[in-house]
Order: sequence, then C-alpha cells, then structure tokens
Amino acid sequence: MAREIYEAIVDGILIGGVYALMAVGLTLIFGVLDIINIAQGILVVLGAYLSYGLAARLHIDLFVGLLVTVPAMFVLGVAIQWAFIRPLRGRERVSMTLLVSYAIALIIEGILYEIAGPDVRNLNAWYVTSSVHLFGFYLAYIYLFGFALAVVLVLALYLLLYRTGFGRSVRATMQDETAARLIGIDTNRVAALTFGIGVAVTAVGGMMFGATNGGFNPNSGYDLISRLLAIIILGGLGSIGGALASSVFMLTLQSLVDIWQPQWATAVFYAALVLVLVIRPTGFFGRAPVRAQ
Amino acid sequence: MTRARALQVAGVVAALAAAVAFPQVFTNPAVTNYGVFAMIFVAVASAWNTFSGFSGYISLGHAVFFGSGAYAVGVAARDWHVGGAGVFGLMPLGAAVGALIAVPFGLVALRVRRHTFIVITIAMFFIFQLMAYNFSFTGGSSGLDAPFLSWNLQTFNNPFYYTALACAVAATAVAWLIRRSRFGLQLRAIRDDEDRARGLGVHAMRVKLAAFVLSAAITGLVGGLWFYYIAQVEPSTGFDPLFDLFVVLMAFLGGLGTVSGPVLGALIIEPGQLYLTTVFTNAYLSEILLGALFLVVVLFMPRGVIPTGAEWITKLRTRGRPAATSMPQAPGPTAVQEAQATQEAPR
Repeated sequence: MAREIYEAIVDGILIGGVYALMAVGLTLIFGVLDIINIAQGILVVLGAYLSYGLAARLHIDLFVGLLVTVPAMFVLGVAIQWAFIRPLRGRERVSMTLLVSYAIALIIEGILYEIAGPDVRNLNAWYVTSSVHLFGFYLAYIYLFGFALAVVLVLALYLLLYRTGFGRSVRATMQDETAARLIGIDTNRVAALTFGIGVAVTAVGGMMFGATNGGFNPNSGYDLISRLLAIIILGGLGSIGGALASSVFMLTLQSLVDIWQPQWATAVFYAALVLVLVIRPTGFFGRAPVRAQ
Repeated sequence: MTRARALQVAGVVAALAAAVAFPQVFTNPAVTNYGVFAMIFVAVASAWNTFSGFSGYISLGHAVFFGSGAYAVGVAARDWHVGGAGVFGLMPLGAAVGALIAVPFGLVALRVRRHTFIVITIAMFFIFQLMAYNFSFTGGSSGLDAPFLSWNLQTFNNPFYYTALACAVAATAVAWLIRRSRFGLQLRAIRDDEDRARGLGVHAMRVKLAAFVLSAAITGLVGGLWFYYIAQVEPSTGFDPLFDLFVVLMAFLGGLGTVSGPVLGALIIEPGQLYLTTVFTNAYLSEILLGALFLVVVLFMPRGVIPTGAEWITKLRTRGRPAATSMPQAPGPTAVQEAQATQEAPR
C-alpha cells in the first residue's frame, strides 16, 4: 500500500507538470484578455492529432514534431484572437467570448470527427512503450521526458514574462488595461501574442496528453477543459504560480483517490474545487477582485 | 403607446392561438415532434433567462436541473410502479428536486461572480453527470426507461405538446411578471452593478438565490416531461453539455434579458437544429454548421435579434426627422438608477 501511495504521488507530480503547462496557457489568456478560452481543451486534442498525423504519415518523432506543431498552433491562436475575440466589446463581453470560444471548440471538434473519425487513437514511440526502473517501480520514459520539457517551457514562459520588455507589457496589461494603453503599450498586439502563446503550449500539452492518457478522440476535449478550468480557478484566476501549484495538487489528489475509488477519481477535481471555493472564493493564490468601474 | 400596447396584446394572443392550433393543422407526428421539442426549449430558455438573463450570472449548469428532473421522474416511476398517463402527475416532483438541488448549489456558486461562477456551474454539471454514471439507483451508463405508452401513434405527441406548451406559457409568464416586478428590478440592478445595488439595500444573495431556485424548478419540471417524451434518459443525454450551450445561444440570439427573446431564439434554433440533424445524416457536419451559426450570431448580432430589430424599427420610424429626436445608444435610466428610485420610495 505504501508503495502504491508513493507511486501515485510521483505519477501525480509528473502528469501535473504537463497539466501545469496547459493551465498556464489558459490562465495567461484569462489574465490578459479577461476571457475564459473554452476551446483550450479541444485545442489540446487538436495538438495531439497534429502530432499523430506527423508521426503516422511522415514518421516524424513526437518531440521533433513539436518544432512544427508549436508554431502552427501559435499562428492558429493569433488568428482566432484576431478574427473572433478582438471584435467583441460591450457589457455582454464575458458571455459573448464564452460563446465564441465554445463555438470554435464545436467547429474544431466537428472537423476532427470529419477527418479522423471517432476512433480512439494513441501516440506511440519507443519512449511511450518502454519503461525505466526507478525507485522500485516502472515508469514510461515519456513521463520523465514530458515533465522535463514542461518544466523547461514553464521556466521559459517565466523568463519571458518577468525578464523581457514584452513580458512587462503583458503584466502591465494584466494589471490594468486602460493604464497600459495610456502609457503607450499596444494592448491589441499584447492580447494577440498572449493568445498565440497560450494556444501554442497546447501543442506540447496535446502531444503529452496523447501519449499518456491511454487514448484520445475528438470527444476528449470536454473532459480536458473542465479539468483545466478547475485547476486555474483553484489556483486563482490569472495567477501563474497558482496554476502550477494547483495542477500538481489536483493531479496528485486524483491519482491517490484512483487507488481506492477509481470511478470517483475524476469527481475529486470538481469536489475539491467546490470545497476550496466555499472557504476561499478567490482560490489559493487569487487576489481579491478589483471592482470594475 | 396604447396602440403599441394593443398591438402587443394582439400579437401574444395570435401567437398563443397559433401554438394551440399547431398540432390540429399539422397532424403529421414528424412535424408535431418539432413542436414538442420547440416548446420544451421555449420553457427552458425562458427559465434560464429569468435567472441568467436578468441577473447577468451566466449559468452553464442548468442541465443539472434538467437531468435531475428527468431522473427524479424516472426513478419515481420505476420504484413506485407508476405507468401510463399517471407519469404526468410526477412532473412536480421534477420541479421539487430541481429546486432542492438549486439551494445548496446556489449557496456555493453565487458567492463568486463572472467567470468563476460560470466555471463552478460547469464543475457542478460534471459532478452530477458523474454521479448519474456511478450510482446504482440511476441505472448507471444504461440509464432509465420510461413506462411504455400504448397510445395511438398518430396522436401520440399531442398530450406532450400541450403539456410542453403549458410549461412554456407558464415559464414565459413568470419571466414577464418578474421583469415588471420590484424583484426583477433588483435582479437587473445586480446585473448592472452588484456592489452598488447592495449599497442601496438590495439583499443580493437572497434575490439571486430566489431567482436561481425558481429557474431551476421550472427547468426540472420540463426535464421530467422531456424524459417521459423521449422515453429514456442516459447520463450523457440527461446531463448534456450541449444542452447548456443551446439554451444560452437561444437566449442570446433572441436577446438576453428580454422576455420574448428566449422564446423567439428557442423557436428558431431548436427546430433548426432538429432539421439539420435529419438532413445531414452526418452529425459532425451539423456540429460544424452550428458552431458557425454561433459565430455569426455573436459577431453580427451581438445584442440579439429582438434588441437589434427594435433598433432598426426605431431607425425606420424616426427617418427624416431631425437627428436630435433619435434615441441615443442607451435610452432611459439604468436599472440601478431605477432601483434607487424604487428603494427611496416608501414601502
């Protein structure tokens, strides 16, 4: 039993790292654009399919394929923001952006069904099928590689946000969009690039998801987005550190519950979310909301 | 204004007469089937709008009440061995269960606003779907079957149609009454500026919760009818994420926060969606088309058909007159200002 618990914790931390990457994209988009991108889940699935296509058709290694899929998803993100998010203004913007991103999710889901069909796919490579004997149990290499990549990318995002001029513009826009515009920041450009970055990370998340989830099909997006939403709310909307911490926390909790009650493991996400919000409505690391004027 | 009022009354009466006559004129069950679904969604969209449209708290979790209503009726019919038309008598149970669930749900979810509220409703939705899958009394993933009805197939849909119509009329009437009332004004004040409304003495939590529970009760009631009509419920159909989406789109297309908007939206979207799924046997293509329809509505009619239409009519009527008489963008006082006036008046 002790070994199982130990194994579940390691599993939770490693997969949590990958979820952290996807969640950071989502929370960054929220922080800058003040929208919840419901399409994030299906974009992850799209990323998985892109990796699948490259691997199955062109025999490109999953990690090498990211060199193609990440820029492709970045461009897609910028295009979505430019065409559908940017024009929305006014009092109902919250619900309108929600509907728009939901509509985009529907369209992408339909297209994926049309092209790939409902069959469950798996991403395969030597590091998915072979395992390393580590601290007394077996672990597929993909978990280690994916976790390492996620850590590197989250660090890179951190450096981008806290050590560059662009990052300063992003953070300024997150704090106060009007003030940022007043001091000469092109907030439209910041919004487009942030959306692009937030979507680009789904290419990596999708590859990892496709390789570790035990199969995916176009329907997998719903499950993903609801988990990601639970994570970013629990961490505090717009808080990047919060997204990291709550990803690892939630995934560890889930894999622990999975030992005893596998059929309720998914419910843990939502139950934990509800419980935490009863005690602390702004999430773990959330700031108290500033009253909109 | 009296002429406009008379026109309005005449319009409502004509719409009601047309709705009552509909299954007598179109007797084909394939056509009345559209009618039943349309009425079910008119009721649900109106109920949703009574809470979300008026208060500005967008709920993506109303499928919780719809599915719970369906399951409540289903479990009761199975365990109490209710059969035949007696199942209609169980519908209030669906409403009661919907309302009962809405109280703790609302107490938790209504503490947070905007995006967080939306996400909590989605989370609640998934908890309920998972419960329907995992508990044994819900029949697990195979769901529940409704009692079999040995009615004449030609007129089979009619009792359902008229029950659904009654629900739709009731839900719309409730929305209309609330919109005219002090309660409705408080809800709209919360939508415009909750902190200010509270400062003016609106008991925000109580008002929001009351609207939420009422909306949930109507949704649960209709959920029970829907279950009986399609004769089965599964976790994926009773708790369907697309249900929430459609209801929001209906209210949005017609005009969020108006009384007639959700009715019109439901009458356009539900038959349209049924038609698309029958024409395109390929379900994926209709999904893409629906998504595209969504985008068109939100991008080109962001305030809905009714407000946009009203604007066009005003423009047409004021054409040729001096520009000064044309209405500005936001005519009249905001709901908060109205509420302020109401609050100051002696009770």
